[in-house]
Amino acid sequence: MKEQLEKIRSLAAEAISRAADEQTLEEARIRFLGKKGELTAILRGMGNVPPEERPTVGALVNTVRTHIEEALHERFEQLKASSMERKLRAETIDVTLPAPEKRVGRLHPITQTRNRMAEIFTGMGFEIAEGPEVESSYNNFDALNAPADHPSRDETDTFYFSEQVLLRTQTSPVQIRAMVGKTPPIRIISPGRVYRNDVADATHSPMFHQCEGLVIDKGITMGDLKGTLDAFAKAMFGERTRIRFRPHNFPFTEPSAEVDVSCFVCGGKGCRLCKGEGWIEILGAGMVHPNVLRAGGIDPEVYSGFAFGMGIERVAMTMYGIDDLRLMFENDARFLGQF
Amino acid sequence: MKISLNWLNDYVNLSAVETLTPRVFAEAMTMSGTKVEGYEDLSERLSNIVVGKLLSVVPHPDSDHMVICQVDVSGERPLQIVTGAQNVKEGDLVPVCLNGARLPDGKTIKTGKLRGVVSEGMLCSLGELGLTVRDFPYAIEDGIFILQEECKPGDDIRDVLHMRDILVDFELTFNRPDCLSYIGIAREAAATFHLPMTLKEPTVPANNNGETVEQMLSVEVKNPVLCPRYTARAVKNVKIAPSPLWMRTKLRNAGIRPINNIVDITNYVMLEYGQPMHAFDAQMIQSGRIVVRNAAEGESITTLDGNEHPLTTDMLCIADGDKPVALAGVMGGLNSEITESTATVIFESANFARESIRKTSRAVNLRTDSSSRYEKGLPPCNTLPAVQRACELVLELGAGEVVDGIIDICNTDIGNRTIPFDWKRVNALLGTELTAAEMAELLRPLEVVWDGKDSLTVPPFRADLIETADIAEDVVRLYGFDKIEATRFRGEATQGGETPEQKFRTQIDRTMTGLGYNELCTYSFVSPKELDQIRIPADSPLREQLTIRNPLGEDTSVMRTHALPSVLRVAAYNLSHRVKSAKFYENAMLYAKEGEMSRESRTLCFAFYGEGDFYALKGDVNALFTALDVRDYVYTAETETPYFHPGRCAKITVGDVCIGTIGQVHPTVCQAFDIDVPVYAALLPDEALYSVVAAEKKYRPLPVFQSMERDLALLCDEGLEAGTLCGLIRSYAGKSLEDAFVFDVYKGKGIPEGKKSVAVRLVFRLQDRTMTDEEADNGVRKVLKKLESENGIQLRG
Repeated sequence: MKEQLEKIRSLAAEAISRAADEQTLEEARIRFLGKKGELTAILRGMGNVPPEERPTVGALVNTVRTHIEEALHERFEQLKASSMERKLRAETIDVTLPAPEKRVGRLHPITQTRNRMAEIFTGMGFEIAEGPEVESSYNNFDALNAPADHPSRDETDTFYFSEQVLLRTQTSPVQIRAMVGKTPPIRIISPGRVYRNDVADATHSPMFHQCEGLVIDKGITMGDLKGTLDAFAKAMFGERTRIRFRPHNFPFTEPSAEVDVSCFVCGGKGCRLCKGEGWIEILGAGMVHPNVLRAGGIDPEVYSGFAFGMGIERVAMTMYGIDDLRLMFENDARFLGQF
Repeated sequence: MKISLNWLNDYVNLSAVETLTPRVFAEAMTMSGTKVEGYEDLSERLSNIVVGKLLSVVPHPDSDHMVICQVDVSGERPLQIVTGAQNVKEGDLVPVCLNGARLPDGKTIKTGKLRGVVSEGMLCSLGELGLTVRDFPYAIEDGIFILQEECKPGDDIRDVLHMRDILVDFELTFNRPDCLSYIGIAREAAATFHLPMTLKEPTVPANNNGETVEQMLSVEVKNPVLCPRYTARAVKNVKIAPSPLWMRTKLRNAGIRPINNIVDITNYVMLEYGQPMHAFDAQMIQSGRIVVRNAAEGESITTLDGNEHPLTTDMLCIADGDKPVALAGVMGGLNSEITESTATVIFESANFARESIRKTSRAVNLRTDSSSRYEKGLPPCNTLPAVQRACELVLELGAGEVVDGIIDICNTDIGNRTIPFDWKRVNALLGTELTAAEMAELLRPLEVVWDGKDSLTVPPFRADLIETADIAEDVVRLYGFDKIEATRFRGEATQGGETPEQKFRTQIDRTMTGLGYNELCTYSFVSPKELDQIRIPADSPLREQLTIRNPLGEDTSVMRTHALPSVLRVAAYNLSHRVKSAKFYENAMLYAKEGEMSRESRTLCFAFYGEGDFYALKGDVNALFTALDVRDYVYTAETETPYFHPGRCAKITVGDVCIGTIGQVHPTVCQAFDIDVPVYAALLPDEALYSVVAAEKKYRPLPVFQSMERDLALLCDEGLEAGTLCGLIRSYAGKSLEDAFVFDVYKGKGIPEGKKSVAVRLVFRLQDRTMTDEEADNGVRKVLKKLESENGIQLRG
């Protein structure tokens, strides 16, 4: 009996391991474990076994059955896995074929640059102030302390609708609007479109964008202006950026300065971008002129403030290496898609 | 303003500064507030040109107009040089270009052969050295420059002709007209380099012969507003001649052509003091009268350049008893020009109102060194010292006899001013901790003097110094911006950041780029013809545009009132550059005329070509609405929008608010922009869109019970819109219908003419339990019954 069971077990093991597909495996199962299977036949023959041996034989039969079942299961899993493997191999595709085009649009490089500036300044507690582009000559010039015969007022510099109405030449009128009727602290930036009567060429455009800033409070100093612009420059152009103030004159600030940042390509050694200077002129800045504060209804004896401004296109052009300003307004899809 | 460093050295001893290279000078001046644009080493204009002595001059064997010279240039041997000039002879000293020499015009000279004879260089004329006979009056214009200077063979010509100098180009700011002069720049250089300034007050000894200028000339200023000060002196027995070499050299290096002693003196003084001077021939001044007045109606003047200018009554002129003899501050008249025969000269040194000079100069289209100075607003204190300096130079040059007496009509304040000195406030503005004495020491070289207490005395040429901020500016530029410590502002915190509207626009940007649209940036000013191109009717309010008075051209002459043309122009541009398909958007600012000013608002315009159709566009619009939280919007067919295809255009509304129009751009419009492919576009005004953004987001519980779906194929009239059909179904079905939408439309075989089969899916759901099949079927039956009885719509057989 024992030998018989041993034989069944070895036969079954062989049949199972030889089964090459699920069908053959099923046949093996039926042959050994089926209702008419060999192991079942042995169980049926248990009656002939002396009672005292039955438990031993029964246990042996069960062991063999378990063995066969496990072998069946294992083989079944193997067959399943390999058939899956075959199926997947048959489904192989050429992953290097092109994908159907899914467009992702881009923000205009001017907007991207503007957004980066806005993020930095809003993070410092600045609000974004906006104002009309068609402005009064009062807000654009008079209130900003521009002398009556300042050349910037000329028709060769400024677009006019009438004597008193013009296209703003700077976003500074927004500063006047921000001051009037408000109590400091005022901390705003005013990014937006501005206009100058210049024929478009590689470095000029009759329409471009500025981002100006204004801070007014008690005790604001030139040192604060330096600190703010230093923090901005580091965030915008990289942690190693340094800034340099050069004295200048603007009607709306006193003292005034032009502000250079150390060249972010060469780090100040001098290269093509900075024309060997090591510095790139980016900003105009200064302490708000007392006449401008007065025009905004703010007492210059109590409050002080600083203002700064920069051309967004100029920053974008230096950062992206764009060499012709006209590209910005031609809107060639192949240009726009690069940023 | 271009400044010669040699000349500047007369007033401030810069050569005392060790290691002072032009670059260091430029940098230091820039950092102290006098910006240097660039500088030029004049000696670099030419090279390898030396003095040569002609040892022999023999005719060229093969040429009847050339000669062969042996030239001693102090080299190992004499050079052989062939020249075509006729004015050379043995023993002459001449400028010689050696092999490899470079001339000011950029030409280089190499050894070569002329008609078979070797020529090892070139003999130079004045012109070839960049000079004229005005610079060296003893030389001739055509021919070799025969040198009469103290020199010997081999000497560098730049030393012999005083061509070594540095010319520094300053970019001066509007507030500092006093720096348009050597003295002004010298003052700044002295302050920058902590050097003393040497400036001698001009002295003109009196003749005491009883003769005075008043006997020769009377001056009347009729318009003291336009002419605040008029100063004049007379010089008689004038001997017109070239100026001495030192003066010619200075003027030449400073970029001014020497003319003759009198004219050179006026130019010299103008550069030195910044005060334009004019010299009249006294003989030409009728009845010895000078009247400073506005031009009379119909008057005209022929200026020194020979051009006649009709004058208007707002122009200031200098007239004699009869006619204008100069256009004040702009240019003298031809009728009173200094000539070789001039015997008596009137020097005018006047101050004119800048605005008047600027207007006149523009009106007659004449910009001169004089007018460009006056229009910057010159200090009136300079007229007297300038005329004195001119007379001093007349005596020094032996150009004539100065007549005693000075005419000086002054209607303005020319003295020092006193302003308060709040040095603590200066520190407060700068963030510095300087003492009053330290500030005073910085200001002293600028001739700004502290009284030791609380005020400063300001010289008359510094009209820009008015209040504390102005003082702070001079203090900080001389103290050094780099010494100011960078700090961060303190004080009450502000929130910062974007307003809800700004965030809304940011969301539009994010969604549109996510949907594959590139953002555009187009001009706000456009051609008025654009509205014709998009078929806007003549009586449309969009035609009320703000017109620029001085546009660059018609194409950029009006402020846009519509967003579509800008985008179409970009599409056309890209098509013409072979970009076959593209998606663009711009949240464009539009400018509606409102009285004199504009009401500015944005309209989101997006468009594509070369791909997609109306429904692709609609899908993008819907996606945008989802991103913006715009809900319950309804599309209705729109046929009257002139720039859209009448059969492929929809208006979108939320409640009563129209939030936009979308469609295929009208083929005629496309044609007007030279676009030959279909373009689909959406126009959504920001304000309307923003007004329908759902106020808040609120959670709705997820459905607990299953929905029941039923698909119906309905036979309807061809013209029935899907939107209308679904509306009918919704109204007939009652509350258990959650949704009804069209998923297919079929026309053709099996469908009668004029009809279409519309496949609609109805989704039913109950809130409190799962709906049974029977209930769903009942719902469908109810709908079908109504559709048939009310609308004649049947289930497709």
